Amino acid sequence: MITRRFVFGAVAVLALTPLALAAQDKVEIVEPWARAALAGRNSAAYMTIVNHTGEKDELISAATPVARVVELHTHMMEGGVMRMRPVQAIEVNVGEPAVLRPGGLHVMLINLTRDLKAGETIPLTLRFRNAGERTIEVPVQAAGAMGPAGHGHGHGHGHGHGHGHGPRN
Amino acid sequence: MTLWQRLGVGLATAAVAGAAAWFFIPAWLGPPRSEPVQVALPAGITLGGPFSLIDETGARVTNETFRGRFMLIYFGFTYCPDVCPTELAKMAAALDLLGDAAEEVVPILITVDPERDTPAALAQYTDLFHPRLIGLTGTEAEIAAAARAYRAYYAKVRTGQAPDEYTMDHSAFIYLMGRRGEFVALFNPETTPEQMAEAMRRAISASPRVSKMQPQGGRT
Ligand SMILES: [Cu+2]
Repeated sequence: MITRRFVFGAVAVLALTPLALAAQDKVEIVEPWARAALAGRNSAAYMTIVNHTGEKDELISAATPVARVVELHTHMMEGGVMRMRPVQAIEVNVGEPAVLRPGGLHVMLINLTRDLKAGETIPLTLRFRNAGERTIEVPVQAAGAMGPAGHGHGHGHGHGHGHGHGPRN
Repeated sequence: MTLWQRLGVGLATAAVAGAAAWFFIPAWLGPPRSEPVQVALPAGITLGGPFSLIDETGARVTNETFRGRFMLIYFGFTYCPDVCPTELAKMAAALDLLGDAAEEVVPILITVDPERDTPAALAQYTDLFHPRLIGLTGTEAEIAAAARAYRAYYAKVRTGQAPDEYTMDHSAFIYLMGRRGEFVALFNPETTPEQMAEAMRRAISASPRVSKMQPQGGRT
């Protein structure tokens, strides 16, 4: 075990990636982001959760000071009708990252205490059944973003409309 | 793999919920399509029609208000955290792709949550997506009438005890309507902004702007 840890640590340091270092033996949160939204309304946070712990785990709750209620949700698209529903937990199995993304699983930030503006970051505490609590900083993207910064995700518009000022055409 | 294959499930769910007060779009959608760019309407079915609603400034608007221009219409609500932002952003991106021709198109969000979506709330929300996006609200009856004309489905789903603790299920289609309010195209959540822009470009060039000048004649 000690040897394993040492090897992992050495590789991470060599690669000079703080993310990899932090990820060792843990639940790793990759590319978190949230949507800009108005105070009193709702937003959603997305991310990919990778389980490096060697045992299956699940995200059981989340909290942030910027929302009065935080819930874990999924979407069901049925015949063109979008239905959003709470889920009890989001499974994070070893070798099977949980992907939270628009139109699917998300951490729903309900009744925001203030405006969330593109460019800022918000703290989000994630509670895992086995791995315990992790607090991360989540970058806020434009209201119309489809992915984390720098990812167009196939729609080709990225986050050009976040501020509502001045059309780009 | 997508919504088309789950159509049967959607229909069954809607029927069980008993919430589909009218014949909404998925009820007559065809079999799975490999290229779900635009949704084809079966013969004899049409979409759209008169509506009378309130705009972001509190002014009464009807379908006649937008006559002469195309309408790009989406039914959604401002408390929607995920799907509405995605679809509205797609509309905005498609308009950007159109360049100057986008002036011929009025992008419209019709709320399915008139209880919470006041004109002021809609004004604030639509600015997040596109400076020209117009939010429309109205009474419950006016919204229901508009949704019925467009065969849009929506239903309130309680999420807690408090009166304002609810979300809305709703269909996520985008409608392109022509200069006289006639149906032109229906887009589903898998349509890309590029495909939407191309459909609008084609529709606009097939229906050039009518001069605002009335033809002269007859009057003395
Ligand atoms: Cu949600």
